[in-house]
Amino acid sequence: MSLNAAIIRKDFPIFERLIRGENRLVYLDSGATSQKPNAVIDAEADFYRQSNAAVHRGAHQLAEEATEAYEGARLIVANFLGAREDEIIFTKSATESLNLLAYAMGNSLKGDRFHLGADDRIVVTEMEHHANLLPWQQLSKRTGAKLSWFNVGPDGRLDLSDVDSIIQEDTKVVALTHQSNVLGTINPLDAIVARAHQVGAVVILDACQSVPHMSIDVEALGVDFLAFSGHKSVGPTGVGVLWGRSELLNELPPFLFGGSMVSSASMTDATWAPVPRKFEAGVPNMAQAVGLGAALEYLENIGLENIHAHEIALTGRLIEGLLEIEGVKIFGPTDLKMRGGVVAFTVSDIHPHDVGQYLDSLGIAVRTGHHCAWPLNKKFGINATVRASIYLYNDEADIDALIEGVRGAKKYFGDR
Amino acid sequence: MQLDNLYQEVILDHYKRPEHKGLSHLSDVQVHHVNPSCGDELTVNLSLVDGTIVLSWDGVGCSISMASASMMAGLLTGKSLQQAGEVVDAFISLMQSKGTQSGDEEVLEDAVAFAGVSKYPARIKCALLGWMAFKDAAVQVQGKKSLGSES
Repeated sequence: MSLNAAIIRKDFPIFERLIRGENRLVYLDSGATSQKPNAVIDAEADFYRQSNAAVHRGAHQLAEEATEAYEGARLIVANFLGAREDEIIFTKSATESLNLLAYAMGNSLKGDRFHLGADDRIVVTEMEHHANLLPWQQLSKRTGAKLSWFNVGPDGRLDLSDVDSIIQEDTKVVALTHQSNVLGTINPLDAIVARAHQVGAVVILDACQSVPHMSIDVEALGVDFLAFSGHKSVGPTGVGVLWGRSELLNELPPFLFGGSMVSSASMTDATWAPVPRKFEAGVPNMAQAVGLGAALEYLENIGLENIHAHEIALTGRLIEGLLEIEGVKIFGPTDLKMRGGVVAFTVSDIHPHDVGQYLDSLGIAVRTGHHCAWPLNKKFGINATVRASIYLYNDEADIDALIEGVRGAKKYFGDR
Repeated sequence: MQLDNLYQEVILDHYKRPEHKGLSHLSDVQVHHVNPSCGDELTVNLSLVDGTIVLSWDGVGCSISMASASMMAGLLTGKSLQQAGEVVDAFISLMQSKGTQSGDEEVLEDAVAFAGVSKYPARIKCALLGWMAFKDAAVQVQGKKSLGSES
């Protein structure tokens, strides 16, 4: 079954508005944040209108309904990832999910599985978003653990020629992205996961750019922890997810301390509630979690396979069209088997900001800049790129508008 | 085209043929500024020769940030620190005007062309990159001079 973007767009009210005058919205910035369908907006608003109460507290009807809605969302997320309900932790963002892991590990006492010291190693990659680089870099500084990384080759793929020498025996953590938010590269995980587990390390996957766009099964991936954000998955802002294997989450100490996360507390000590409550201190972002549940149901109704196939077809059209323009350089693989629908490029020596501004005047929204991946930009010797990112509501006309817009920008800044 | 308000001819001219670009050897202070939201980078070399400003700069960035630095260098060179301070204040005020001011041409000369930028909040930082680096440099050079006169 193929996907009809024109029908899907009707579910997203934002496409009814006009941009910079009379232009229709060509939204190619879903890698930064996705637009929201009515189903999500309504689910969030309905929670406030109908069921609002603090979850897991109180004996009244609203508290029961709120708890049911919130825990219902957790079940939806679990099913979406092929995971167990008690392995799903709601956070405020994917950034918080990754920081939760880094800080919780930092809280591990000597002798614990996750304790890090000067004899241990953390492995990342050169293509990480700052959200999956800085927590580990800073944890390494705090604990003295060594930091190593996989390099990125000129083709925009990880250099996996010598996995064993990067993931050494002393490695405890391997954190990497599933799909680069700049290059679009989808990283093959098997060799990394196998080696990490061989040396007793856990694998943490930043799945922000993959979960919204392709069918994910955590068991099949073989990783140990996975983070993604609600707002990139047609869900609300203010909610993220951390998935982890039960036995690991049980061993991991908490990060945030407060209400709802204890099984007992005295003036001098406390014990922790079972996972996931141990990691959800305070009244959570309930309406947002419920909205995320609606978002994932929306995506499942359309079908992740359909969404992925649709995006890949459009990505092919975009890459082909861009490469026909003299002076356009694409960063990342052009082979559609190795990438998702995120395409970063430069246009001759026109600064990406200027290209983006020109496109904006036509109603085309793209991202410009370093995309929160400075080390990667430096590796490629660039300060910034234009990034177009594709989602289920985009169609051929959007892609063609972008290609035409890039030609226009060249003319505007070149031939005047 | 609406975009032409932003990209005035004189801005694109300065972008293509920047003035005072390339750092001179003459420098009492050097200041490097980065716009972390886009990665643009700019360095300013500032010297005072007999109380007047000698300015050179270099950088990588968009047309707005580069053209603005180019015009700034032309405007401020030869002025005293105090005169330059007035020009800088006038430019910053124009940038913060959200499109309500057209700029004093007596003070800002060609730099009034940046009035259109103030309507694009995301680009104001671009236009100010060089000016903020100069402001820092001016503070440093003053400190250095007063230290020098004491010793």
